[in-house]
Amino acid sequence: MNPGYYLVLSAALFTIGALGVLIRRNAIVVFMCVELMLNAVNLTLVTFSRVNGTLDGQVMAFFVMVVAAAEVVVGLAIIVTIFRTRQSSSVDDASLLKW
Amino acid sequence: MVGPVSTLALLEPTAATGVHELLWLLLALPLAGAALLLVGGRRTDPWGHLLATGISAATFALSVASFLRLTELPGEQRGVLRALYSYVPVGGFTVELDLLLDPLSAVFLLLITGVGTLVHIYSIGYLEHDPDRRRFFAYLNLFLASMMLLVLASGFLVLYVGWEMVGLSSYLLISFWSYKPAAATAAKKAFIVNRVGDVGLGLAVMLLFSTFGTVAFAEVFPQADLAATGTVTAICLLLTLGACSKSAQVPLHVWLPDAMEGPTPASALIHAATMVTAGVYLVARAHPLFEASPVALDVVAWIGVVTILVGGVIACVQDDIKKVLAYSTISQIGYMFLGVGLGPAGYALGIFHLLTHGFFKALMFMGAGSVMHGVHDETDMRRMGALRVAMPVTAVTFVIGWLAIIGIPPFAGFFSKDQILEVAFEEERYGLWLLALLGAGITAFYMSRLVFMTFFGSSRVAKDVHPHESPSSMTTPLVVLATLSVASGAALNLTKDGRIVSFLEPVFGAAEHGAASAPIPAWGLTLITLTVVAAGVALAWSRYLARPVAETAPVEVAAPVTWARKKLYFDSVYESVLMRPGQYLARALVYVDGRGIDGAVNGVAALIGGSSGRLRRVQTGFVRSYALGMLGGAALLLGALLLVRT
Repeated sequence: MNPGYYLVLSAALFTIGALGVLIRRNAIVVFMCVELMLNAVNLTLVTFSRVNGTLDGQVMAFFVMVVAAAEVVVGLAIIVTIFRTRQSSSVDDASLLKW
Repeated sequence: MVGPVSTLALLEPTAATGVHELLWLLLALPLAGAALLLVGGRRTDPWGHLLATGISAATFALSVASFLRLTELPGEQRGVLRALYSYVPVGGFTVELDLLLDPLSAVFLLLITGVGTLVHIYSIGYLEHDPDRRRFFAYLNLFLASMMLLVLASGFLVLYVGWEMVGLSSYLLISFWSYKPAAATAAKKAFIVNRVGDVGLGLAVMLLFSTFGTVAFAEVFPQADLAATGTVTAICLLLTLGACSKSAQVPLHVWLPDAMEGPTPASALIHAATMVTAGVYLVARAHPLFEASPVALDVVAWIGVVTILVGGVIACVQDDIKKVLAYSTISQIGYMFLGVGLGPAGYALGIFHLLTHGFFKALMFMGAGSVMHGVHDETDMRRMGALRVAMPVTAVTFVIGWLAIIGIPPFAGFFSKDQILEVAFEEERYGLWLLALLGAGITAFYMSRLVFMTFFGSSRVAKDVHPHESPSSMTTPLVVLATLSVASGAALNLTKDGRIVSFLEPVFGAAEHGAASAPIPAWGLTLITLTVVAAGVALAWSRYLARPVAETAPVEVAAPVTWARKKLYFDSVYESVLMRPGQYLARALVYVDGRGIDGAVNGVAALIGGSSGRLRRVQTGFVRSYALGMLGGAALLLGALLLVRT
């Protein structure tokens, strides 16, 4: 197998995720794009773990998953709360904290 | 020079016993009174003046008791030390706060508390309608405490503390009516001019310490002869500078006439009888130092003579009754300076004149206050005249004061002033004698002018003003002081036990007069003096009593009169040489401070404030713009890393 394919796929996923975070307004979509970026990185880690023949990268990927899971819990809670108070899930609407 | 020989037997102070144990009360009582009245505020208004007067009377009683106890002691034991506590204990250097009572300070105690009590009583009536009367009495008490500390100090450092405190009290009293700009300015002027002398005194104290290693009188004076003459002269000249400012001697006399803006009782107490004589006290107290430096003694005597003439000449053309008295005070203190400047033969006479002057000048100041009270605060003598009809008590007592100051026997001033002139002649200081004699004539002229214009002649009082006699609380002190002005001279000079010169002998040493060699006998000198005085009175009579007095000062006058009216240009010179450049400097500094220093600080603040205002616009509140920032930042970091790697 050629690790290059995996890395290209990973870069493509990361780019999609990053663009989604910057462009989309819906908080849920932004959230999913963040997950996409995290998992793109996970894919890179696993790929390099395979290339190097060590387990370090895989262990690291597990850690990222754990953190992502925790982040999902907190993030979804915030999004739900905002939705309840503002009847909107647009990230641009929650822009009171400025200047 | 066949001078008098001083047997410089310095008093060895002994520990206080009996009533002298209570000397500390002389400081504590008035200080407590001042504190109570100042802290108590308006609550003490109804009885504050009575409390202050009571305290003053109590200190007077205590002073009399201390004085009587002192006279019971034999001559060589008349130096009593009441130890209070260690003021500055620093390693090997200690300054004790001890109270030293000897004949010299006893005389001052009696004068200060005696005249002080009379002034307190007088002020009750004088300031009856002033809403701030209580504050005035608080300051008076503060002054009493300060002056007492000054004359009871047993060393130069504590004396310096008292010296500064009387300066403060004087400032507070001059500016008592601080809503009047003239009073506020006068107080400032008095304080600043006094500061010049205070610096002199402060330097003298430091020089004393570095020379002798101590500042206590009892330790410095025995060593006075051991130090280098130059050093002692420097110390004495610095002391003289201090004395000149406090005692309003030329060239630092300019503050005293302006100080008349204060209430008249304060002028009587502080700027006539007591505080302004502190300089004479200082010279007399430090006489062992001055004896080690003949130059400094000469300087003191010449300052005295010049001041007699300067003060006298300016007094001749003043129309403000208090200003005349102020310049007269300056001139009379000149006599005291001349007295103490004549050396051992003159110290006691200087103090004698100080004492009698304290009586008759306080009398005349309070008399002037009574006159002003009677003619609705008019101070221009050209708007007075013939007041003897409306104010008999004031007039009679004032006339007694007048006779005393011009030196007509048997009034007090005759004995004290005549003897100073006599000693000047016997010491073969003919220049000093001649000028002081001229001063006596000038004194006779301006004082007669004052009395004739105020109490005699025809009335020039404004139509709507009805002169009236003052209340008894004001006239009683006048009568007491008038009695003293009549009697004190003879009592302190002729009676054998009461001779003030003998009483002060333990302090100053016995002086032998070299009278035998004098070309003119004493009675001849007295005759000459009286002739000059009579000439002065006659001149005043011919100009101000035989002829009607103009209601406004004549404009076309001889050049010397113009000079005198311009106060011999002392004020003008100080104004153009010191005051105006000082103001320019101050303004320039304000500009530098405002534009330069404040400008730099404010500029930095404005810069940071302005840039922050622009920078905070970055905080838009949009999550996505932050995310873009993070992405950009991460890309930058990555780029930088790659750049460094290669």
